[in-house]
Amino acid sequence: MTLGIVGILAYESIAFFRAVPLIDFLTDTQWTPLFSDAHYGILPLISGTLITTLVAVCVAIPLGTVVAIYLSEYAPHRLRETVKPVLELLSAIPTVVYGYFALLFVTPLLQKILPNLPGFNMLSAGLVMGVMIIPYVSSLSEDAMRAVPMQIREGSYAMGATRFQTALRVVTPSALSGISAAYILAFSRAIGETMVVAIAAGMQPNLTWNPMEPAATITAYIVQVSLGDLPHGSIGYQTIFAAGLTLMLITLVFNILGHWMKKKFREVY
Amino acid sequence: MEELRTVIARHKRRDALFAVVGLLSLLVGLVTLLALILNLAIDGTSRLSWTFLTSYPSRFPEQAGILAAWVGTVLVMAVTAMAAIPLGVAAGVYLEEFASKNRLTQLIEINITNLAGVPSIVFGLMALGLFVYKLHLGQSILTAGLTLSLLVLPIVITATRESIRAISLSIREAAYATGATKWQTVCHHVLPYSTGGILTGVIISLSRAIGETAPLITIGALTFIAFLPDPPIQGHFPFLSFQWLQSPFTVMPIQMFNWVSRPQAEFHLNAAAAGLVLLTMTLAMNAIAIYVRHRFRKKIQW
Repeated sequence: MTLGIVGILAYESIAFFRAVPLIDFLTDTQWTPLFSDAHYGILPLISGTLITTLVAVCVAIPLGTVVAIYLSEYAPHRLRETVKPVLELLSAIPTVVYGYFALLFVTPLLQKILPNLPGFNMLSAGLVMGVMIIPYVSSLSEDAMRAVPMQIREGSYAMGATRFQTALRVVTPSALSGISAAYILAFSRAIGETMVVAIAAGMQPNLTWNPMEPAATITAYIVQVSLGDLPHGSIGYQTIFAAGLTLMLITLVFNILGHWMKKKFREVY
Repeated sequence: MEELRTVIARHKRRDALFAVVGLLSLLVGLVTLLALILNLAIDGTSRLSWTFLTSYPSRFPEQAGILAAWVGTVLVMAVTAMAAIPLGVAAGVYLEEFASKNRLTQLIEINITNLAGVPSIVFGLMALGLFVYKLHLGQSILTAGLTLSLLVLPIVITATRESIRAISLSIREAAYATGATKWQTVCHHVLPYSTGGILTGVIISLSRAIGETAPLITIGALTFIAFLPDPPIQGHFPFLSFQWLQSPFTVMPIQMFNWVSRPQAEFHLNAAAAGLVLLTMTLAMNAIAIYVRHRFRKKIQW
């Protein structure tokens, strides 16, 4: 099936790259395939994707890790068993609902602190996306930490270490394989996330590194094109496959990186 | 001695501090969840009414409703379930019970894990290329259902395998000892005992599919539909009709997306109401899944 996906994407993209040289695709700083003055530079879309992802990950990784350590090392049993399913609901809520929340709740809230914030911006989309992927980080990391054998912890406590020292210096390094896998999953979720950014970050391709501006991501562009009526086989239709192929390649790199890190940090007891 | 005491006190303070930080981070997640639900509820309840559930979308926000959307969601989910459950369970059983451990099965396993990491919108693109333009299924309920079933297939397979793996080997050995074939063992023992786990996985995967918007937008779901597909059960011979599979459709999340992206604030209220209905559906399915897991865990004891 992976082959099928790559096959279809490649097949439709080949036609695109016949019309647009690869160099232009990678280096042009404008993405305006639907204008009469067409430019096909993927960079603005990639910058949008990277910024929203970075904002999201900056929220999700610290919070998710702290929550995981807290649940696995500190929380009493009852609390853990009730909180974990509730926290996992965060990832069960439809993403379009998160989009609504980001656009109509978080953005007005942020505008009170940052008055110059435009209605569409990558900051609120990224923040909401970050909260959305907390459970991916916390659940997987917690599972990994709980899999660390009790004796190792007891050894550390016997040396007079506090829970915090044990968690930070003993449990976390032992569970690093699982934790890194959780981080990678969070990254690829954030990169592929569509509806939150399409609703809250705007649809205008914009080569910027400032999260306070509106910008389109790869996924938002695909949505924008699909909403319109593009004839099959036109260059506009082929651009979404080229964009999709780029997206697929980025997530594939992350997945391979995840496999590699999982192997590298694996601890055997 | 004094020095040692201060060191210990400092470490204890840090320990206590982290407990507070941990609790606070946990609260960030929970408060966001609460804020989200409350926000939807406050905005949405004013529009939520019987007429909202039984009207078609409209240019006038007060008259617009979600009839076409929720009927579309139910039909698409039916197709998804019919395609994903048999395929997913069969694949899971095969990989766990029948397949020999060789290169090929290993490759398939890696593939399944990777598929779970592919962005959903890429599935939509594949469906657009494959189902819509290669197989000429059109932008129909059938295409949508198949797309979503591909999307949730890895979840169903993984859930099936995990619940099968949880069954102790002694059960299987007992079945083999009485002369049962592999097939009989699977049918009479392994599958019935793992039903709870499989069912939970299926419900969770469907609740994931119900909220998926992006892949359906890419295959070209319409946002303005003022008619219902043909009913599947007809009053005359042959009583069953499959015409509905080919009809164009819209689903709840797309309807909501459409309303959110309009500038008028009245439509935003509609979006909140639609979101509330969607959220209720999702949470209800998750609750059912938790209940099923709980019940089956209690029922089977050995």
